Amino acid sequence: MAEQFEITDAMRAAVGVESDGWPVEFTSTGIRAFARGVGISDTVYYDVAAAQAAGYANLPAPPTYAGVPIFIPGLSDSVYGLPTRSSTPRLNHGLTNILDGGTEYLYDKVPVAGQTLITRSRIVDLEVKESKSLGKMLVVTSEATYTDDDTNEVYFRTRSQMIAY
Amino acid sequence: MPNFAQVNVGDELPPVVKTPGRRELVQYAAGSGDFNPLHYDTEFPQAKAIGDNIVHGRMKFAVLGELVSNWLAHTGRIKTIGCSYRGMDMQGKTFTAKGKVVAKREQDGEKLVDLEIYVENSGGARTTPGTATVVLDH
Repeated sequence: MAEQFEITDAMRAAVGVESDGWPVEFTSTGIRAFARGVGISDTVYYDVAAAQAAGYANLPAPPTYAGVPIFIPGLSDSVYGLPTRSSTPRLNHGLTNILDGGTEYLYDKVPVAGQTLITRSRIVDLEVKESKSLGKMLVVTSEATYTDDDTNEVYFRTRSQMIAY
Repeated sequence: MPNFAQVNVGDELPPVVKTPGRRELVQYAAGSGDFNPLHYDTEFPQAKAIGDNIVHGRMKFAVLGELVSNWLAHTGRIKTIGCSYRGMDMQGKTFTAKGKVVAKREQDGEKLVDLEIYVENSGGARTTPGTATVVLDH
């Protein structure tokens, strides 16, 4: 728990910088594993015939499922599997605890199994808040897009808040 | 299956009830890629400070998605869905995803229904409030 924390110029330099694109795969195995992990019982997310009867070309991504970022040792985070993107500025805030503050998904299209989308993200805001129980907190707001680079269609966008303390 | 003409403000979505223990949280970690030890390792310092492992916030978000998906029954699509993680839900405890219709409107040729959605713990506290907007086919 931090009693003192300030946003540095180096952290501010990371705001607004878009990351390089990174491929995210939507596969039958991945969609089934996510649905099973959530405990979803709707067979549309597990059975291709059921998905096609419901109007999808293949298993549809369940709501809030963002696919699996391709994992490459040394380039992907070992805990979350997300790309570390060494080419973009890092916050290096030094705070040790992480909590998820909130998430929003905005959909234009639903991806289905067999697709690979490219995700790009950027930090849009940094704010320091104080909590009686957690002390000083850094609230990081980020936005990401998930795009079919072959067609330039943005399938969905996400907005999320991460709290470091 | 909601029909735009028949949907009314105040209509409640059928709730979704979950009681994820550590095994279920490990399964969610595997399915989502979020292997933060906070959610399955009882010896992880942050978990010890909190008192137990907690449910992934994104798992509750996914359950809210399941709530809306079940109600839609693939007769429409989710346009937006979001939530805030205001309170922790502990492993092994029951929580319920609930929702209701708060508005319906037509915009840019789309039949839109706005929903208030939330996760409520067994004590009745809303740990994860959120909203969603869906587009109905009919």
